[in-house]
Amino acid sequence: MTQTTDTAPEGPAMTGRSSTDEKTGTGHGRPRPPGRRRGPTTARARSWRDAPLRRITPWLFLAVPLALLITFTYVPVASMISYSFTDWDGVSPRRENVGFDNYVRIFTRPELFRVFFVSGYYLAASVVQIVVALYFAVILSFNLRFRNFFKGILFFPYLINGVAIGFVFLYFFQDGGTLDSVLAWLGVSTDHPWLGDPTSANVSLAGVSVWRFTGLNFVLFLGAIQSIPGELYEAAELDGAGKWKQFRHIIAPSIKPVISLSVILAISGSLSVFEIPYIMTGGATGTQTFVIQTVKLAFQFNKTGLASAAAVVLLLIILLVTWIQRRLVPDDKVDLV
Amino acid sequence: MGNKKTTALSGAVLAGVMLALSACGGGGGGATGEVAAPPADPKEVSGEIKVLTQRTDLVQNGTLRKYAAEFNKTYPKVKVTFDGITDYEGEVKIRMNTREYGDVLFIPGAVAKNDYPTFFAPLGTTAELSKYRFSDKTEVDGKVYGIAQFGTANGFVYNKRLWERAGVTAWPKTTEEFLAGLEAVKEKTGATPYYTNFKDGWPLVQWTNNLGVVGCDAQAGNALAGAVSPWKPGSELNATDGLLYEIVKRGLSEKDPTTTNWETSKALLGEGRIATMMLGSWSITQMQDAAKRAGGSADDIGFMPFPVQKDGKHCAALVSDYQQAVSVHSHNKPAARAWVDWFTEKSGFAEKEGVVSAVKSAPMPATLKDFVDNDVTFFDRSEAKTAAVNDIDEAAEIGLNKQDYRQKLIDTARGVAKGSLDDFFADLDKRWDEAAKTAGS
Repeated sequence: MTQTTDTAPEGPAMTGRSSTDEKTGTGHGRPRPPGRRRGPTTARARSWRDAPLRRITPWLFLAVPLALLITFTYVPVASMISYSFTDWDGVSPRRENVGFDNYVRIFTRPELFRVFFVSGYYLAASVVQIVVALYFAVILSFNLRFRNFFKGILFFPYLINGVAIGFVFLYFFQDGGTLDSVLAWLGVSTDHPWLGDPTSANVSLAGVSVWRFTGLNFVLFLGAIQSIPGELYEAAELDGAGKWKQFRHIIAPSIKPVISLSVILAISGSLSVFEIPYIMTGGATGTQTFVIQTVKLAFQFNKTGLASAAAVVLLLIILLVTWIQRRLVPDDKVDLV
Repeated sequence: MGNKKTTALSGAVLAGVMLALSACGGGGGGATGEVAAPPADPKEVSGEIKVLTQRTDLVQNGTLRKYAAEFNKTYPKVKVTFDGITDYEGEVKIRMNTREYGDVLFIPGAVAKNDYPTFFAPLGTTAELSKYRFSDKTEVDGKVYGIAQFGTANGFVYNKRLWERAGVTAWPKTTEEFLAGLEAVKEKTGATPYYTNFKDGWPLVQWTNNLGVVGCDAQAGNALAGAVSPWKPGSELNATDGLLYEIVKRGLSEKDPTTTNWETSKALLGEGRIATMMLGSWSITQMQDAAKRAGGSADDIGFMPFPVQKDGKHCAALVSDYQQAVSVHSHNKPAARAWVDWFTEKSGFAEKEGVVSAVKSAPMPATLKDFVDNDVTFFDRSEAKTAAVNDIDEAAEIGLNKQDYRQKLIDTARGVAKGSLDDFFADLDKRWDEAAKTAGS
């Protein structure tokens, strides 16, 4: 086999080049890079011509996404940060710089702390959400009948548009609506207005949030659990570990990155919850969250400067929480095998 | 491949682009001060004008196109197109950051009065426009920048059949009589006496239209421009908001306010499941339509003035609806002004919608016939100091023209928010007075 390659010509690139000296060399069977076949002048022309094109091709592909990203994300964020130092009202051509006045006002307003209490309800709901999602992910990662059907049901709510969910649940919680009817079938008839007082309304809205986002956490956990090699479970069973011990010592450590990601998402999600309460109650009856308050400041009271400052404050709070969480629970990879 | 260098370079380019782009924008200048005067010769005026409106329903069902066709009979060379915007306030406010906001538009509430000359062309002096009502609302430095589309009277729209069955045939003369009437409706008919429309919120703003009705005072709006504690006992707002509080406190409104619905409320009023709502007179035709669709008749719907009498007569405040203005960047100002004038005076829009025409000499519409027959005193509420009042209002974040504080009032009355009525009003007074001190400066 080697004989034929030794004597056969090394492709068309070889035959046309007579000015090379490698032909006389010993490396007959070695494949040579075509560039080396050429003389000095042609080599320089080749690299000068194709390197620039190769260098800018990725940028050409990125040009459109970058343009969109800059126009619709970075420029508005930069503008918003610059508005937060002014007292602009959103439409007036006059815009005066007020320095850190807006930030000071945000931190000295008592209403601020009240809206964070509302976020507390959503935070508690996210804990429930993570626990429920983890439970279902563990159960459905093993062989179970109708596994895919259950996975579908659990994930389906996440696919529905938030506004549609808001309207559906408005009818659900209405006086004499779905919830009241279902309870009546079960024989429980309460005259309780579900969205009527702050505690009940917040719990109901947090419940809607859990219904909506459990599917997302579930899918994340499921994916992570399925990456655990199956032999570990067999080995553990041989060693006599029950289901709970398997969970604690095999599953939990290996999906730690995903759990910590879910916690970060949960915290930032509960601080910035907006859609569900805005659609369902408009922020009335003590369900006003931080983002709803910011939107009202900007668009109802025309305080664009103050609202921009509020948005920047929210961003900083979330960054701070993420940093703290990363410090407390470092994200090192756990090697099980 | 010089990774750090390219990242630094691209970072610098990005930062530069961001700063450059955030520096530009905020246009909207170019006010020439040129008056958008009515054209001399209707046959000669030409151009294409775009009219912005929040009445998407009228755009879609072709009503506005019919008005445009009518308009073309007098002004054949002008082409009118309409742009119906659902979220009028929000969208137009953003569009006004550019130069493209139509030729004719309604002045959004977000624009400060002192900024009118920057955005709108003056329509003439106060004297020239004195034939229109409410011209003081848009007057800056002696020039008027808007003509009201129509005016509306405040009052309660009610189902006459339900009130008659409850035994009330004459309009209540005091708030106590009114509350007693609502109680009678509740006992004898079982319908919900009053529907707050809490969830949609904007119907609660209609209560602000009652400003001035207690003392029959046209200056009631201007009186708020200052640290005057607007909710103190004996004031207009104390009386009107106090009535709303009592209605909810005595259980005379719907059971779960958070699930009310505006569209269904029209049908409910027509069917006789709810009895009363506080709305401007613009709503009468809509309620009559809903009553007809529900199988009743237009006569089932009545309109009563606020239950307070001064010198033996009821009063009704006339408030301006949106004001029409001509954009300062319009290329066809005479054509735009021609449309505004024609629409306000000759189109018959006000009569058809059952609202008060902006022309002072025009008669009251048929929907307010009961008011006219019963000698209700109409007064145009002066809007001369509305800009100052709005500044204080926004600084205090109370929102006389927003629903938030009245929603909180209703929650307080229901008992889900803590505090008594006096505490609530005292807190509003405090915030108003504090804002008045800083807003003026």
